[in-house]
Amino acid sequence: MESGETMKRLRLTVQILFTILTNGYTYGFLHGKIYQGKLKYACLPGLNCYSCPGAIASCPIGALQALLNQQTVRIPFGVLGFLFLFGSLLGRFVCGWLCPFGLVQDLLYQIPVLKKRKHLPFHGILKYGKYLVLLLLVCVGSLFLFGGFVKVPAFCKYLCPSGTLLGALPLLGANQLLRSQLGALFFWKLGLLLLILLLSVKVFRPFCQYLCPLGAVYGWFNRFSLVQIHWEKERCISCTACERACPLALSVTEISRSPECIRCGKCIPSCPKGCLHFSKKKKD
Amino acid sequence: MSFWRNVKQYPWLWGTIAGILFLGIGASQGQLTVIWKKAVMICLECIGIG
Repeated sequence: MESGETMKRLRLTVQILFTILTNGYTYGFLHGKIYQGKLKYACLPGLNCYSCPGAIASCPIGALQALLNQQTVRIPFGVLGFLFLFGSLLGRFVCGWLCPFGLVQDLLYQIPVLKKRKHLPFHGILKYGKYLVLLLLVCVGSLFLFGGFVKVPAFCKYLCPSGTLLGALPLLGANQLLRSQLGALFFWKLGLLLLILLLSVKVFRPFCQYLCPLGAVYGWFNRFSLVQIHWEKERCISCTACERACPLALSVTEISRSPECIRCGKCIPSCPKGCLHFSKKKKD
Repeated sequence: MSFWRNVKQYPWLWGTIAGILFLGIGASQGQLTVIWKKAVMICLECIGIG
């Protein structure tokens, strides 16, 4: 049985290193500018705003909207390619281990105030919110819904808290010209961000559970992605220790295969029989 | 039959191949350039100005 503390530290280390690595353009932070190199032809796996001064590659949701906004693009193969690649290999492991906004919510959830909750009330209905966001704001919204028939990236414009936190705040902090253009839309997005951050202190990853369109996409891949949490059914004693350890309260049959599972791995060290693990090999 | 058995056995592999294929199609249609052009300009919508 692996130590719970080891797994927790490993995940935190990977999250921090990946965030630093993919947002390592320090010149941008210092001068209120963004990276303009060739790496931005590629998309990052997580929800990482491409207007973050440090971002060295593109946000897949922003890129998807950019392609949908083009009259000449019928099927956004460029972004679908990245989503299929990351999704097929990792599934929602991306959310649990590689997403910078997931890291922020994880850190806030560690703050030892308030009684923690795994879900919001009406979770069974609210968890479908992310599919609605994907459909209405990312796909339909980008096509024509908001702003009349003018195409706009509706998710980025009206909802994305990652854009506000990683893009807007550092840029506005260092760029006087941008600061002078602030309006109601910014304060709407700032309010949403604060609400999500406050909620993250009490509820485990509320944005990922209820609103993230990228989580909705990767959730679809969870069932068959390469990275899985394997369950040795024959050794299981049905003690439900994994379900209690799971921050999303998933049962052992749902762990890994459910579109909600973010592969955080908290269930693995909790199993007294060691019948859950990332590798397919049995551990004796 | 063995082809379909392989598909069932390694669906992630086929997903990965599809991803690479889609990337190739997207690149050939200039979609990666569209992404790059969007990503190298400060996105005013993302930061709540546009």
